[in-house]
Amino acid sequence: MAIDLTSDLSTRKAFSEAITEFGLKDERVFSVAADSESRFGAFRKEAAERAINAGIAEQNAMSIAAGLAFCGKIPFISTYATFLTMRACEQIRTDIAFANLNVRIVGTNAGFSSDWLGMTHQALEDVALMRSIPNMTVLIPADGAATYRLVEALLEYEGPAYLRIRGTAREPHVPCDEPIVIGKARQIRAGNDLTIIAYGRLVYEAMLAADRLAQEGIAARVLDMHTVKPLDEAAVLKAASETRRILTVEEHNIIGGLGSAVAEVTSAHCPVPVRRMGVPDRYGVPGSEADLFAFFGLTSEHIVTEAKKLLETEESK
Amino acid sequence: MLAVDELKRLQQEAAEVRKAAIKMATRAGTGHLGPALGITDVMWVLYSRHLKYDPQNPSWPERDRVILSKGHSCLALYAVLAKKGFFDEELLKTYCRQLNTKLGGHPERDLPGVEANTGSLGHGFNIGIGMALAAKVDRKDYKVYAILGDGETQEGSIWEGAMAAAHYGLDNLVAIVDRNNLQVSNFVDRVMNIEPLADKWASFGWAVREIDGHDYQQIDTALRAVPFITGKPSVIIAKTVKGKGLPIAENKVEWHHKVPTAEEYQAMDQLLNLGSLED
Repeated sequence: MAIDLTSDLSTRKAFSEAITEFGLKDERVFSVAADSESRFGAFRKEAAERAINAGIAEQNAMSIAAGLAFCGKIPFISTYATFLTMRACEQIRTDIAFANLNVRIVGTNAGFSSDWLGMTHQALEDVALMRSIPNMTVLIPADGAATYRLVEALLEYEGPAYLRIRGTAREPHVPCDEPIVIGKARQIRAGNDLTIIAYGRLVYEAMLAADRLAQEGIAARVLDMHTVKPLDEAAVLKAASETRRILTVEEHNIIGGLGSAVAEVTSAHCPVPVRRMGVPDRYGVPGSEADLFAFFGLTSEHIVTEAKKLLETEESK
Repeated sequence: MLAVDELKRLQQEAAEVRKAAIKMATRAGTGHLGPALGITDVMWVLYSRHLKYDPQNPSWPERDRVILSKGHSCLALYAVLAKKGFFDEELLKTYCRQLNTKLGGHPERDLPGVEANTGSLGHGFNIGIGMALAAKVDRKDYKVYAILGDGETQEGSIWEGAMAAAHYGLDNLVAIVDRNNLQVSNFVDRVMNIEPLADKWASFGWAVREIDGHDYQQIDTALRAVPFITGKPSVIIAKTVKGKGLPIAENKVEWHHKVPTAEEYQAMDQLLNLGSLED
């Protein structure tokens, strides 16, 4: 392994290292780019024959990935999350997911990691879209280490998967002793006063918020829900019954993502207050990542505030 | 050259395929009958004289792949696959008449012999490109045949794929364009002109042949000649008559998605010797 998984790796770097390391060892692995070859690091040169570049043509790239998978290959197709999940959405649904093909759809630069590129590149709807497609697994790693481990796991996983990662900027490492297992939440902090459930970059913010709350005597459980689908319902229901309050935090539209998934489970099996933090059904704006997280109220400070509000609600007392 | 008796036999068999398609559509009261009848001759010659396949082992890795990118022509595909032994002909009776049938209004892979789930235009052709790429990397010599509608070439993804297939030199890929000049709402040239079609494909880097899609000698000769040029994908533009063989349907806009009434069936029975609807 050429990288230090305990460092503040970018998720793009972790992905390119992982596909190179695991892909070179496994002849089934293909990379499919849509002029987005930089995602694949050294793989594209060292396995040039298995590195397809369809040019700026996401729909064709997605169908090609399907054709490769029909022939027993494991294609990793990657470019901006918006272009993959939206322009090629029907190809994902009809060509890949319906046939339950082993295509790995790696949407990059999701959310605010597309900072100054603005709304065209800031995927804030992709999780909802992919979650609504039958057979699809939806994965959102908290950091570089989790990205690396999920790519490794995807080599032996059956069915289509969407891996949502961020950009080339360094991401804070989230220390956790629990291994990454697809479909199983990781507990980052223990606590029984409330549960904060997050994915991606905001797991780190949730962890900081929990540490802040702990200083005030509030024990917040933090779950890293790196697999939004299939959701770890047992972990959600355990949190609901043991902590009685859930706060979800995501770098995504408030509609259709993690908050919705959690509320779907609690409302049916263990109705407790669920407060959802996310982007309030609107588009992003150009800005630095830090400013965007602050503008949309998605920092550790905002999480602390929302956690306290949740503890004060009548029904949660 | 096809021998005279071989030609006659193929034509008689294709007539049986047409009858099966007409009966399926009439029994179910639904189906894209016109598009199926138009492509029947090309498909029958392809399956009878050119394809490498084993109906007892439809996932045989060395097989040639046929993708009906214009999935709505599936009545022809179903009848051809049944007559070639991929499944019992009795199954044709379930076409659009039984919940969750393997023979729905568009082809799905749970039916033996179907390579991709098609029906949304501008998808199947591109899946075929991925299969052809896999064959090249795996050093396998199977071919991939994608059957497209002429209206389907209005989809942008077709040209994304045309560009890519030529770029990758996929001479194991054969596109067959069913050039019947009809689509659901009108004649193709009135809806959205696609001409000069042969020039378009050629300019995208394909080797092109235009044939009469009902002339068995021309179909056979073209299919035998692929790849037309080593290192290039091949496209056969087959001029066809939508609804071919069913006089009331031939070259009629409304027969894109229309089936004979019981009375029409009776009238045609005398002409085409269709036999009992339930056989």
